[in-house]
Amino acid sequence: MTETAAPTTPFTPPTRFAVPGRIAVGEQTASVWRTATLVSVRRETPRASTFRLAVPDWAGHLPGQHLMLRLTAEDGHVAQRHYSIASPPDDSGHIELTLDHVEGGEVSGWFHTVARPGDRIEVRGPLSGFFAWPGDRPALLVGAGSGVVPLMSMVRHHRARDLSVPLRLLVSARGPEDLIYAREFGPETTPVFTRRAPGGVPVGRLTAAHVAPFLAAPPPGGWEAYVCGSNSFAEHASRLLVEAGQPVDRIRIERFG
Amino acid sequence: MHVTRGFTGRPRVPDAGLPPGQYDAGKDWPVLSAEVTPHLAPGDWTFRIDGAVAEPRTWDWDAAHALPGSVYEGDIHCVTGWSKFGTRFGGVSLDAFLDAVRPDASATHAVAYAHTGYTANLPLADLRGGRAWIAFTYDDGKPLPAEHGGPARLLVPHLYFWKSTKWIAGLRLLDHDEPGFWERNGYHARGNPWEEQRYAGD
Ligand SMILES: Cc1cc2nc3c(=O)[nH]c(=O)nc-3n(C[C@H](O)[C@H](O)[C@H](O)COP(=O)(O)OP(=O)(O)OC[C@H]3O[C@@H](n4cnc5c(N)ncnc54)[C@H](O)[C@@H]3O)c2cc1C
Repeated sequence: MTETAAPTTPFTPPTRFAVPGRIAVGEQTASVWRTATLVSVRRETPRASTFRLAVPDWAGHLPGQHLMLRLTAEDGHVAQRHYSIASPPDDSGHIELTLDHVEGGEVSGWFHTVARPGDRIEVRGPLSGFFAWPGDRPALLVGAGSGVVPLMSMVRHHRARDLSVPLRLLVSARGPEDLIYAREFGPETTPVFTRRAPGGVPVGRLTAAHVAPFLAAPPPGGWEAYVCGSNSFAEHASRLLVEAGQPVDRIRIERFG
Repeated sequence: MHVTRGFTGRPRVPDAGLPPGQYDAGKDWPVLSAEVTPHLAPGDWTFRIDGAVAEPRTWDWDAAHALPGSVYEGDIHCVTGWSKFGTRFGGVSLDAFLDAVRPDASATHAVAYAHTGYTANLPLADLRGGRAWIAFTYDDGKPLPAEHGGPARLLVPHLYFWKSTKWIAGLRLLDHDEPGFWERNGYHARGNPWEEQRYAGD
C-alpha cells in the first residue's frame, strides 16, 4: 500500500478568535451500535428522570461526553437523538442518562411513558472529544435545565476520585422542584432560580453578579469553562463569561439545540 | 436492527427529501456551535484562499460582494439528526472564488477555517460545480445572524452541516486530506447524509 506521508504540522488557521483545543479521549468506538438494557428508572423532578443502562463492552467515557441513542419501530422507522452521559466514568458496565420529558417528544416521550426495566435500546458512543473534562484542570461549570447532565458527570467524577483541582457549578432551574440532582449538590454548587425560589433567595436569570466572584479570583492557571443548555442559555452564559474576563478559547459549549 | 418494545414513533410522513435517520425540524433552526459566537462586523470580515493555488487571494466584504450573486434554495441536514427543508441562502458561488485563485492540479482537498479557528476538511470536488457557496443572507435577503455564522458562512448543503463552516475566514487547499475540528473528534471525513456518514467508520 502506498500512502503519502502524514504532514508533520497540521494546518492551523491564522485567525483571531479561538476555539479551545481537543481533549484526548480514548479509542473512538462510535461506529459500533450496542444493545443496552434499561435496568432502573429514578425520578429526579416532575419532568426529568434518570435511566440506568447496562451496556455490554462499554468502552468508557470522559465526564461531559455524550452518546447517540436510537429507537426502532416495528416497521423499521428509526428515531435517533443525542444524550449526555450523567454518570461518572467507572467500571460498573452501566451508564446513566437523564432525560427531560419534552412535550410531544418522540424519544423522550417513549422513555417517560413506555420504558420499563428490561427494555432494550441501542446506543453508540461515547462521542465528542471537545466537551469533556479529564479532571486535570480547574473547571467552572455553567448549566441550565437538562444542560446540567454532562456537568453532573464532572461533579461526580470530581467527588469519586477525590480530586483536589477546583470545580464549581452554577446551575439554573425554574424553581427548586425543577432542579435536577438537587439532593446531590454540595458546597461546589450555586443554584440560580429563574421563576420561583425558596424564601430569601432572589428570583431571576443568571447575571454578571453570579459569574463575577469566580472570575475575580480564578485558581492558578485559570478556569476551563463548560457551558451547557439550550442555545439561548448558552449564548447568554458565554457572553457573561467573556464580559467577566474569561478567555474565549477556554469556553467549551454544548448546545442541546 | 433491534425493535424497541412499544415504540411506534411519530406518524410517518413519507418524504423523499429526508436522508436516512433524519427528521424534519420544521420551522426550527437549532444552533450547535461548540465555541462562543463571535460578533464580527462585515467591515472586519475577510475571506482568503491559499495553499495549492496559483494566486492566493484575500477578499474583503466589498470585493466578495462584487462577484456575481448566486442563491441556494433547498434543504440542509445536521449530523445531530434534524433536516430543514426549503431554506434560501444568498451569496456567491465558491466556483467564482476558486476560479480566481486557480487551484494547482495537485490540489485534492481543502481545510475550511473560521474566524474562530474552527476547521472542517472537504474534498475539493465537493466545493466545485455549483454545489458550494459563501453565504451572506438567509430567507429574503436578511443578513445571516451571528449565531448561524453571519456575516458569512460556507454553505455546502449536500454534506452534513458541520462542514458548512460558520464565520468563514478561508480555505487552505492541500494535496492530501487533513481532518478538521469534528473530524479529529471522531466524525466522518466526508459526511454525506444520504450515506449516513456521521462518524468515522460509517
Ligand atoms: C449533544 C447533545 C446532548 C443532549 N443531552 C441531553 C440530555 O442529557 N438530556 C436531555 O433531556 N436532552 C438532551 N439533548 C436533547 C435531546 O437530544 C433531544 O433533542 C430531546 O430529548 C428531544 O427529543 P424528542 O425525541 O423527545 O423530541 P422531538 O420529537 O425531537 O421533539 C422536540 C420538539 O419538537 C416538536 N417536534 C419536532 N418534530 C416534530 C414533528 N415532526 N411533528 C410534531 N412535533 C415535532 C415536539 O413536539 C417537541 O416539542 C441533547 C442534545 C444534544 C445535541
